[in-house]
Amino acid sequence: MRLAILACCTALTAGPALADKIFVSNEKGNTITVLDSDSLEVIHTISGMQRPRGITASPDGKIIYVCASDDNLVRVYDAETYEELPSLPSGPDPELFVLHPSGNPLFIANEDDNIVTVVDVETRQVLAEVPVGVEPEGMGVSPDGKIVVNTSETTNMAHMIDTETYEIVANVLVDSRPRFAEYTPDGSLLFVTAEIGGTVSVIDPATNEITKKIEFEVAGVLPEALQPVGLRVTADGTKAYVALGPANRVAVIDVASLEVTDYLLVGQRVWQLGFSPDGRFLYTTNGNSNDISVIDTETDTVTVSVPVGEQPWGVVAVKSD
Amino acid sequence: MRDIHRLAVASVVLCLAAALPARAEVEYRAAVLRVDAPGPAPISRLDLVPEDLGFAGAELGTADNATTGGFMGQSFTTETIAATPESAEAEISRLLDEGVPYIVLLADAPMTLRLADLAGDRALVFNAMAPEDSLRGADCRANLLHVAPSDSMIADALAQYLVWKKWTDWFLIEGSHPQDQALAAAYRRAAEKFGARIVEERVYEDTGGARRTDSGHVQVQKQMPVFTQRARDHHVVVAADRAGVFADWLPYHTWDARPVAGSSGLVPESWHPAHEAWGATQFQTRFERLANRPARDEDYQVWMALRAIGEAATRTQGGDFAAIRDFILSGDFDLAAFKGQSLSFRDWDGQLRQPVLLSAGNVVASVSPQEEFLHQVSQLDTLGIDQGETECER
Repeated sequence: MRLAILACCTALTAGPALADKIFVSNEKGNTITVLDSDSLEVIHTISGMQRPRGITASPDGKIIYVCASDDNLVRVYDAETYEELPSLPSGPDPELFVLHPSGNPLFIANEDDNIVTVVDVETRQVLAEVPVGVEPEGMGVSPDGKIVVNTSETTNMAHMIDTETYEIVANVLVDSRPRFAEYTPDGSLLFVTAEIGGTVSVIDPATNEITKKIEFEVAGVLPEALQPVGLRVTADGTKAYVALGPANRVAVIDVASLEVTDYLLVGQRVWQLGFSPDGRFLYTTNGNSNDISVIDTETDTVTVSVPVGEQPWGVVAVKSD
Repeated sequence: MRDIHRLAVASVVLCLAAALPARAEVEYRAAVLRVDAPGPAPISRLDLVPEDLGFAGAELGTADNATTGGFMGQSFTTETIAATPESAEAEISRLLDEGVPYIVLLADAPMTLRLADLAGDRALVFNAMAPEDSLRGADCRANLLHVAPSDSMIADALAQYLVWKKWTDWFLIEGSHPQDQALAAAYRRAAEKFGARIVEERVYEDTGGARRTDSGHVQVQKQMPVFTQRARDHHVVVAADRAGVFADWLPYHTWDARPVAGSSGLVPESWHPAHEAWGATQFQTRFERLANRPARDEDYQVWMALRAIGEAATRTQGGDFAAIRDFILSGDFDLAAFKGQSLSFRDWDGQLRQPVLLSAGNVVASVSPQEEFLHQVSQLDTLGIDQGETECER
């Protein structure tokens, strides 16, 4: 399925390039802003949800899933027509989720209930509820789909959940208020950000040991403002980008050396990150300046910031049909 | 009067420890000792003191610790005790004899000091209520940590906001109780520290009597304007009323049309049931589900004290009393407590550095420190007594 899409797109590159669509969830605005990736114009606004936060797309880019936290469900939209599809049960107060690499099921962190809810996106049935630590938040999935990682903000752990048995197979203690978990594409490293601890833990998934803690330092920025939240790794696995919250910066990490190579100034309170489908651009949601910044990943420069809705939270970009 | 509940959450029921190597379970025993002094009811029935004040925070803190403990092979028990001023010393002696090494106090300043001295080096004591700076200054104790923000932190938090607002001319009204005067002194100090001026000062004498009477507002409406008339030109009225005698009546009753801040109006405090930022909603909903009421400052402060123990237990991988105490006081300790940054204890006076909420009725209007006030070490140290100013010799 995925190969077919790639082939199709390769065939199309001879013709006029098709723009991607960028979907941004606006936590306060209660909307999803849709932008055209070429013009960076707002082409549509989806409304009718309460407190949208986590946002992701199906592997084929046709379906958008949104954690509507105050609706206590996951809202589902057609990426092309913006039509709302039947919602998914989520458990109370869903904040972040991750889709299995196959496109099903969806693993949802329920902050209020100390559980991870597993939902079949086709039958819309809850498959399992996995008890985890206090205030589950970050969700990551290994590239082979065998392990889902949940971070619990008050317990300060990354819980490794077997995606077949739905049981916790390992717990790794990280720094305070872990927010986000992401593997490298080859599955050899797992990054976990800690917002209050101010670090990114690098975990060896084979041993579930922390091999390094990456720290941050920006001249003129208070150390307590350096709060790692969202994190994304490039498709080739060479670089990781870390949103540093109220420091208004995105850190660039060289994955080979695990050193910070650059800090990019973006909008205020940068929270989550999402790549363009081809990986050329990285979009950042800047909650306090109501905009997204666009980072060119070839040059690691911030090219532009674009206004979206009120308090943008999450972002996902998909190919247009 | 003695009222004891034991909160124990056996971590084994969580069945989550399976993935960790088998080890003997480590037990952490704490107690919350609340000393209830008799006194008049508050002005507003909305402020009536719940019977489980602080204890509900203990229950949540113990449950949160136990969830994490389930992964770590640690269990947590917390005994909650409502004592009288007469029975408090016997209660803490009993706890010490039973070997409870972590004691959280909800008591006034003189009682807190007396109980901390009784504990000596047998327990680490957390002050979760008394705000007096003297406890952090000349009367400080090596075994006493303060999770409640001090008067000077409260005053500085409001001062920063008022100065940011350019409301620099204050009409300070203080109550006649010692704790009111301690708070008023903190406001005088804060005005000087941040460049505000106290242009008028008055003392509102507590003449006794009930604070709640049927249609009492009729007299108040006559008395408050008279009490506040002919004050020198001011931007804002700052009320220092720890005893809760008059401040609630100030808004809309002042002679001049001026906003009120301090003990009513815009109120600096450690917690507010409307606080939602930095994940606080999760604390509020967990707490309300458990206690069937909104959380109060004392609940949040007890929760922080117990979480400090839990955090140290986690980070020291089940450390003993000395390890826990040393870790809490070390530079490696940080506590996440829904205030947007990590909290830690000042090594010069044992005070937990923390942002202070500025609430206005149903909302949290602002949070101090205000970003414009800088500090060479931690911006949180713009609130309260800094290292160079401390009178504490620990």
